[in-house]
Amino acid sequence: MTAIVKLVVLGLITLCAAIAANFAHDLAYQVHAILIMLIAAGLFLWILRGAGEERVVVTPTGYMDDVVRAGVIATAFWGVVGFLAGTYIAFQLAFPALNLDLPWTTFGRLRPLHTSAVIFAFGGNALICTSFYIVQRTSAARLWGGNLAWFVFWGYQLFIVLAATGYLLGATQSKEYAEPEWYVDIWLTLVWVAYLAVFLGTIIKRKEPHIYVANWFLLSFIVTVAMLHLVNNLSLPVSIFGSKSVQLFAGVQDALTQWWYGHNAVGFFLTAGFLGMMYYFIPKQAERPVYSYKLSIIHFWALIFLYIWAGPHHLHYTALPDWAQTLGMVFSIMLWMPSWGGMINGLMTLSGAWDKLRTDPVLRMMVVSVGFYGMATFEGPMMSIKAVNSLSHYTDWTIGHVHSGALGWNGMITFGALYFLVPKLWNRQALYSLSLVSWHFWLATIGIVLYAASMWVTGIMEGLMWREVDAQGFLVNSFADTVDAKLPMYVVRGLGGVLYLAGALIMVYNLWMTARGAGETAPARNAAVPAE
Amino acid sequence: MDWYSLLREIADSWGLLALTLIFLGVVLWAFRPGSRALHKDIAEIPFRHDTLPADDTEKAKDR
Repeated sequence: MTAIVKLVVLGLITLCAAIAANFAHDLAYQVHAILIMLIAAGLFLWILRGAGEERVVVTPTGYMDDVVRAGVIATAFWGVVGFLAGTYIAFQLAFPALNLDLPWTTFGRLRPLHTSAVIFAFGGNALICTSFYIVQRTSAARLWGGNLAWFVFWGYQLFIVLAATGYLLGATQSKEYAEPEWYVDIWLTLVWVAYLAVFLGTIIKRKEPHIYVANWFLLSFIVTVAMLHLVNNLSLPVSIFGSKSVQLFAGVQDALTQWWYGHNAVGFFLTAGFLGMMYYFIPKQAERPVYSYKLSIIHFWALIFLYIWAGPHHLHYTALPDWAQTLGMVFSIMLWMPSWGGMINGLMTLSGAWDKLRTDPVLRMMVVSVGFYGMATFEGPMMSIKAVNSLSHYTDWTIGHVHSGALGWNGMITFGALYFLVPKLWNRQALYSLSLVSWHFWLATIGIVLYAASMWVTGIMEGLMWREVDAQGFLVNSFADTVDAKLPMYVVRGLGGVLYLAGALIMVYNLWMTARGAGETAPARNAAVPAE
Repeated sequence: MDWYSLLREIADSWGLLALTLIFLGVVLWAFRPGSRALHKDIAEIPFRHDTLPADDTEKAKDR
């Protein structure tokens, strides 16, 4: 019966997508319609072949880890894609010939591909798969919703593919970190609601009386991102058969909505969600409970109450009312405290076990990520002060700040989590090679240092050059002068990216060998859980 | 008073006060008597059910 319903729905989707492909106004929309048509038709055939077969219904037991395994693979894959794209566009800025004079490979189209690949594809897959792992363990319950978790996984991959191909073919609504057009936004909304249902359903059927703090952070991330996504993407499609849409907000209202979204994407996607990872994986890897559970509660609520107001600091000295700019600045500075509350809690979890840093490179990676979190959350509030912002805004300093946070905090904690998860998920005794983890650690750390240092130099230099005036009050430098002066730093930045990418490739090799069980004396092939 | 000004008045007076009080209430609640033992117990959650959900663990014990 359900098979018939599925076949009817998939058949209709295939038909509608075929019609849409026929009437498409632009190439991106047409390619997407054909893609959806092929996927729906493929699923139709797959279900048709299996229809009518007698199936023994077994109630699944144990934790649902196959979807987490798929998520780990997707995280590593998209990570390499995103880092590669980033390194390539870094060299494009140094050597413009790399734009290749083709519309699809220009910096303007590859940059959103890079940011979406690292934030949403790499970071998003990391958050989805670790949250599925964490919520099961800390709730002592199997994932709610059965195959709904698989819908979340594959639905999210489809969102990524639609977004990325759309950028390359020129479909964008020109909102930073929210570039996908209207139909991709609608699809993500469906996937996200399913994600919320799976996560919340698991929490509701939990066997532990209390909800562990990691789940508080992860839940706040899922709920807030849903709200941000819906409000910032309010738009009207020009045609049902085209990718172009028009924003409902206009002017400064649109700008404020965009940066309310943009900064909270940092605050809830890249901070709250990853703090949820930190609160599970650091205690597990250090084998000690979190330093202060009270501090985790207080800094959670402080973060929730403050972060949502910080967005206006992206619009200093613009048409935004002065009071709103000051509000954004004040809340950004106050945010420093809860941010460091989280950092202290993560670092102090190691108190009494600092010696483990000498022998465990995975733990070292996690600790350095928390260190970068602390540095980035000090630098951020400082840059939100209007006087500092007048120098730093629109310069490469901002790009350096974002990357010390993203590469240092989000990247390193995700690598740590992957190194923790792969041996557990594939039933291995240990990682294939700890010395390769050390190689990854040092390549990534030196890469970040090269990146951040060169961007500080070029950012401050460029800010000073822009404001330099002579005795008569005329500007001394033209814009092209600053571009010319930045070349050496851009090359150094690109090299930093190469090191970071090399570290990630070493990780992929190490995780691959671990999953295959290379070097294990008695491979524990048996995936079944032993009865206690 | 227009809609914008009204919302703005509420936001920087009663709204601000209410949210600040809720936040302070949350902090005080975290420090309530008896919370120490409870928090110690919650902090141990990640170390309890690593391989099996609670239901399956009990079934395995019954066997």
